[in-house]
Amino acid sequence: MADRTEFAEQAMQYAPQLYSAALRLTRNSVDAEDLVQDTYLRAWRSFATFQEGTNLRAWLYRILTNSFINTYRAKQRRPNETRMDNIEDLYLYKRLGSLDTALANRSAEDTMFDLFTDGEVKAALEALPENFRLPVLLCDVEGFAYKEIAEILDIPVGTVMSRLHRGRKAMHKLLYDFASARGLIADEPEQTDHDASIFDATQRTAANLGTTIFDTTILGTTILDTTTEPTHG
Amino acid sequence: MADCNETLRELETFLDDELSDGARSVIHSHLDGCPDCLQAFDFHAELRTVIAIKCHNDEMPAGLLSKIEQCFGQDFDGDGQIG
Repeated sequence: MADRTEFAEQAMQYAPQLYSAALRLTRNSVDAEDLVQDTYLRAWRSFATFQEGTNLRAWLYRILTNSFINTYRAKQRRPNETRMDNIEDLYLYKRLGSLDTALANRSAEDTMFDLFTDGEVKAALEALPENFRLPVLLCDVEGFAYKEIAEILDIPVGTVMSRLHRGRKAMHKLLYDFASARGLIADEPEQTDHDASIFDATQRTAANLGTTIFDTTILGTTILDTTTEPTHG
Repeated sequence: MADCNETLRELETFLDDELSDGARSVIHSHLDGCPDCLQAFDFHAELRTVIAIKCHNDEMPAGLLSKIEQCFGQDFDGDGQIG
């Protein structure tokens, strides 16, 4: 890139998406705004280290991520934490895959877009522990490739993949819990023994109490990862 | 021809567009003949789209852009040079 003016012009177009990403990381608009400003400030100052031909957007996300980890993480309040248990593959699909039968009062026009509110999807992502939230955010929301995410986060590609896999499952389970708590899931139809075992007491309680417990308990929940992952890439 | 388990194992890498052309076409040919797997892939593709849209619709606070622009062109460290 020829000069800083050109850099500034090109970098500005990413401000809205960097702000959304910053909100998912900091979970509040004041810190998110600071984080974005800080990111541009750092980018502007370290412009000399930006190599022409590299991906400007990925470079900005790397600065955003590092800035978040170094500066803002310490400030994060930790809401109620639950464990990030092992969740079966295809968790949400096995429960909502055939939407017609899974949902109460569902009309044919309803799509998955109508199933979850914006707030629920954001809350499900924000509830993930950072190690999992960052890869899921960068891949599923921002559309970066595995290799780019590995470079942004300084972790091996294999670690990116395993964190994506587990992070997505945890997020999907939380989405299911939200839908269930809002009473969107039809009365549990004939379940196999296998399916029935999944409905633990907490979920039943949440579903029975409806939105009250949903607001106070589930939305403020952060999933705590208690397991280890392989270190090899 | 991949079986259903092998196909579902690649669901994420497929949707992430991280498979080689060869591996991708193996999955494609399985999906062509397997409505069950196709339904699972469609479900996750749609879910992915919904998540991306709903996590990307935050309105930037008014004034953030001009705050950023003010960063550019300032002499931050007082060394007489911009930046």
